[in-house]
Amino acid sequence: MTAIQISNVEKSYKALKALGGVSLTIQEGEFFGLLGPNGAGKTTLISIIAGLIRPDAGSVAIHGHDVVSDFREARKKLGVVPQELVFDPFFTVRETLRLQSGYFGLKNNDKWIDEVMDNLDLSNKADVNMRALSGGMKRRVLVAQALVHKPPVIVLDEPTAGVDVELRQTLWKFISRLNKQGHTVVLTTHYLEEAQAMCQRVAMLKAGKVVALDTMSALIRRISGSQLNVHLSSGSLPPELMHLVSHDEHGNGNQYSLRVNEYAEVETILARLRESGAVIDEMQLQQADLEDIFLQIMDGGTL
Amino acid sequence: MNVISVGFQTLLYKETLRFWKVATQTVAAPILTAMLYLLIFGHVLEGRIEVYKGVSYTAFLIPGLVMMSVLQNAFANSSSSLIQSKITGNLVFILLPPLSHWEIISAYVLAAVVRGLAVGAGVFIVTAWFAHLSFVAPLWILVFALLGAGILGTMGVIAGIWAEKFDQLAAFQNFLIMPLTFLSGVFYSIHSLPAFWLTVSHFNPFFYMIDGFRHGFFGQSDISPWTSLTIVSVFFVVLATIAINLLKRGYKLRH
Repeated sequence: MTAIQISNVEKSYKALKALGGVSLTIQEGEFFGLLGPNGAGKTTLISIIAGLIRPDAGSVAIHGHDVVSDFREARKKLGVVPQELVFDPFFTVRETLRLQSGYFGLKNNDKWIDEVMDNLDLSNKADVNMRALSGGMKRRVLVAQALVHKPPVIVLDEPTAGVDVELRQTLWKFISRLNKQGHTVVLTTHYLEEAQAMCQRVAMLKAGKVVALDTMSALIRRISGSQLNVHLSSGSLPPELMHLVSHDEHGNGNQYSLRVNEYAEVETILARLRESGAVIDEMQLQQADLEDIFLQIMDGGTL
Repeated sequence: MNVISVGFQTLLYKETLRFWKVATQTVAAPILTAMLYLLIFGHVLEGRIEVYKGVSYTAFLIPGLVMMSVLQNAFANSSSSLIQSKITGNLVFILLPPLSHWEIISAYVLAAVVRGLAVGAGVFIVTAWFAHLSFVAPLWILVFALLGAGILGTMGVIAGIWAEKFDQLAAFQNFLIMPLTFLSGVFYSIHSLPAFWLTVSHFNPFFYMIDGFRHGFFGQSDISPWTSLTIVSVFFVVLATIAINLLKRGYKLRH
């Protein structure tokens, strides 16, 4: 079953085209990553999914319910962790979570509230006023608020921005568990290693358009590559190898990063270096990761 | 529409709890202000003005002050809650759940009514000692208090949705709500005004709320309470329609 169906969504702010016809289908139970640089349109897209922003054209449906015309059913299925660290200073953590449950039509939800607080290490802050919490703790409450109604679809917009390692681990443990139980998870993050570790499938947005959409493993396979990092103690890189230097490391002293598509190419590179009289004093073969793919796509490359 | 849904109840509870947690500022302070009005105006004008036959000026003033407090505080509740939530960003907690437009507006308006009536009752309790008051038609008192608070609560919702900054809300309050309240006959009967201002007063909906409310106490008013009831009810329906439409359109809330 389709968890989120995004069809030709467009949104402009005056002259700025924030989203230029985005279509995505996210299946139930997926852990889906939405990546892109600042201003790519990720938060606009999430806000449209959440019903906070209305699209100029196109539509979004959550579990088959349109987020505008059938917003009540759509929102029941959705839990959103907003990017901004917002809170209501009038209430304690427990009050905040009880109120949020009530907004979703749930009374006597304390058992689940306690479980969520426990999983996010919030239990000892239950009766503390929101104002008195640290930034990391407030972020945990935001996550808890999104989960009070056990939504089948969970959307996290930069949930780990500016939070410590401990919270990240706590959060991912809990979210992974929910995902294993069948909850669909959509994540935007700037931490690409996080996306690589968590997401099964990824869409990359650039200037309001989807520029890549594939499973994580296929994306990494498609760059087919590894990177050979060499440091030369003498000599320099022969000109015929210059085209292999990856985009971000143009002759940093005697340190070079060369893109290799297959291991056999390593031998050729080493042979050329030897012939040119260069001496290698340090060498490392590095697997391509999501960051390489991301940078390549955002630099305008194609995969 | 299910007006007693859990969502509505929760939002109403939250809006009520919100002002109750800072009751010194939201309830006690306006009661003190009304008390000061009574002491100053009552002291200066008592014995000099007799608006209705057999009714002292202080007795005439008290229902006006009570209603003024009801109206101003009902407006303050919904408008300040909305603008604070908009500016701090926590309005998102109301916008993300499956609350209907009716649930949202009913909860905000009803909480405003609760605060308006709480302050009004407080003002009445502390001022009633200063004059002999009668209660000729208590039902009118209740009807106009509820309608007045409902209207101002709805105006607060509209102002809270429209305003993007605190000073815009303050302008709404200072340039619209305050003049309409002060020029509605809280402190005087509009029949004591020159002909021009008498005519102008008839275009002020607040005048009908206060005049009808006062009728409940003294059985006397500038115009028939039935006329006031009709005008006030129409005004309420018009404002509620505007507020519902703003919410439906997502005006300044869902961009």
